Amino acid sequence: MVTFDYLNATKIKTEAKINPQNHKNGFRVVVGMATCGLTAGADKVFQTLKQLIESNNLDNIDLAPVGCVGECALEPLVEVIDHQGQKTTYCKVSLQDIEKIVNQHLISGAPVKELTIDNYKNIDSSSLQVRIALRNCGVINPEDINEYICYDGYKALGKVLTEMTPEEVIHVIQESGLRGRGGGGFSTGLKWSLCAKNKGGQKYIICNADEGDPGAFMDRAVLEGDPHSVIEAMAIGGYAIGASQGYIYIRAEYPLAVQRLNKAIEQAYEAELLGKNIFGTDFCFDLELRLGAGAFVCGEETALIASIEGERGMPRNKPPFPADKGLFARPSIINNVETYANISPIVLKGAKWFASMGTQKSKGTKVFALGGKINNTGLLEVPMGTTLRQVIYDVGGGIPNNKKFKAVQTGGPSGGCLTAEHLDTPIDYDNLVKLNSMMGSGGMIVMDEENCMVDVAHFYLQFTVEESCGKCTPCREGTHKMLEILEKIKSGNGTMQDITELEELAYYIQDSALCALGQSAPNPVISTLLNFKDEYIAHVTDKKCPAKVCKALVNYAVVADKCIGCTKCKRNCPVQAISGEVKKPHKIDTNRCIKCDMCRQACPVNAIILE
Amino acid sequence: MKFVLEESKVQLLKERIQKHKQKPGPLMPTLHDAQNIFGCIPIEVQKIISEELDESVAKINGVVTFYSNFSTEPKGKHIVSVCMGTACYVKGAKAILDTISDMLNIEPGQTTKDGLFTLENTRCIGACGLAPVFQIGDKVYGNATKDTAKQAIEEILKSEA
Repeated sequence: MVTFDYLNATKIKTEAKINPQNHKNGFRVVVGMATCGLTAGADKVFQTLKQLIESNNLDNIDLAPVGCVGECALEPLVEVIDHQGQKTTYCKVSLQDIEKIVNQHLISGAPVKELTIDNYKNIDSSSLQVRIALRNCGVINPEDINEYICYDGYKALGKVLTEMTPEEVIHVIQESGLRGRGGGGFSTGLKWSLCAKNKGGQKYIICNADEGDPGAFMDRAVLEGDPHSVIEAMAIGGYAIGASQGYIYIRAEYPLAVQRLNKAIEQAYEAELLGKNIFGTDFCFDLELRLGAGAFVCGEETALIASIEGERGMPRNKPPFPADKGLFARPSIINNVETYANISPIVLKGAKWFASMGTQKSKGTKVFALGGKINNTGLLEVPMGTTLRQVIYDVGGGIPNNKKFKAVQTGGPSGGCLTAEHLDTPIDYDNLVKLNSMMGSGGMIVMDEENCMVDVAHFYLQFTVEESCGKCTPCREGTHKMLEILEKIKSGNGTMQDITELEELAYYIQDSALCALGQSAPNPVISTLLNFKDEYIAHVTDKKCPAKVCKALVNYAVVADKCIGCTKCKRNCPVQAISGEVKKPHKIDTNRCIKCDMCRQACPVNAIILE
Repeated sequence: MKFVLEESKVQLLKERIQKHKQKPGPLMPTLHDAQNIFGCIPIEVQKIISEELDESVAKINGVVTFYSNFSTEPKGKHIVSVCMGTACYVKGAKAILDTISDMLNIEPGQTTKDGLFTLENTRCIGACGLAPVFQIGDKVYGNATKDTAKQAIEEILKSEA
């Protein structure tokens, strides 16, 4: 039976191993080994480090793989923590660098200055960040339950089971003001209380890990970096609502997260933190993984339920809400990964602590995945109410190549874009909705002047058209029709009438689609129409794409003054559309040109432009 | 490519189904196993599942064709998938997809005649920090360019030659 004594003993034992203070001249060395890191070659880095540490007989070093450190663009990352707790972060570590780090830093104790993060980033993006959901990501070895326990893991579960009633648990969560981190922002405590009211019989608690928004990888980071935090929180939730069975529905596109979750569940069973009579109480809880199969709509809760049941993943009308009638027609709770990641700290530190962060109606922090045209691509967690400007410039380091910021898309295909004038808006659920976007799960894609907003709207709509489950007509037919209009506009055949119809259709679909996916599908179009109508108009009246993205509306041309007549473009053109003699300016026959971009890439003096 | 139903694989699938049947909602885990074991779930396999789970083939076919990860046709030896997530898209994933498509002379979703490659555009794989990315099998290529894509394909062609 698992007890507090067991947790404490494990903590002391693990602390002795992982805290460098306990070894003379010792270090803890961690390598970021989530999907980003592994893609960048972290596996080899880890193996090489291990070999060198062994061959040099360095027994005062604890080497561990960890989850996402948050600096995705600078992977592979190696962090060295010395016995005073001082952390040195090495970025883009190559195999050659490792020898230097081992010899200079781990053996002689002098950090290798030229390889540290300061050489890559001129801002300290950690100052604005508060890590609650990501507290253990990049800190602990996600494949070792003892390291999770060392950071007070499963203490909250113990506290809940031995000291609190289910009502008290729900009360704390409700008081904290925690709202669902998956998009809609419904109060988590209220949701739990609705489900708890349904007395008797089997209930289910489900984790929605079907993170399908393109450009969002917050949940992946939590699952890969700290899987136990989700497992513990689901057990707490199970106790609160009276469910003895939990399911984690995770998308199959995240094989590493699946693997680490499976391992974590196995370890939790071994430690008797899952299973029968947890902490010696009457509470029993089983947890199982269920894999998605590549359907975006399954992120919608009723569709997710249908998918677990073995049906086509189609949403249904609500009510009845899943809290009353959910999985296998039993009362069920579905929360998102990040929501769960917040639960244990709230239980341990109290509702007041959590509610002291954030804005009036949005409490705590939010994890964002910052991507697109941004210097510091990565994962960050900031208090609710932080402004977009702080996120993009102070944490994200601004736009690369001195380009101008144009927009940021939040909420993925269900959200909208925010522009330069919204940069000082504090980010919370309600403000984003007011601006015709939404929090979504927290993907933020930054766009610069080279992105065409009509093209961006087209891109998202294409996504929702493909992912529409086909159940309701507004979504199945309506979004398709919208896409046709957008294609017409992009190809230069659009009229002002088309823009009007596009807008009308968008609002009809918003009002009449069955599920959240359909209702929010027109959002990217609506918000680009609101903020960038001039671009749409330029496409239809001037037949021009201001950002020079829509291929049908741009032409390739040679700047005669710049052209040195090297004939490279002519030789590379697949359709012989370029003419000209050696050392004389060349010309492109726009009638023949297929706009393949080969000439522009071949030109050594950038003399070929788009107009 | 012709689909062959191997007896040993059928046995393996049946064993898995017996395990899944112990729990509620066995169809999705079964289909994942079938896809892994056979590489696809054609009608022959659907019929086996139908008998074992006592569900109509129509229902199973409906579920198989709903999810994009399940395929009813055999796929190529190497599955090349280009991420079309937003981060990758704004950083030029389309050009990479086009390059590979031209090289292999197939459209996304198709398999080369020799059965060597299947080209796919995939949903965001969450490696946005390294956008644009593409995948061949399990290997992810980050910060991809047209040239790295060409190189990767050429390498496989060489090793298969």
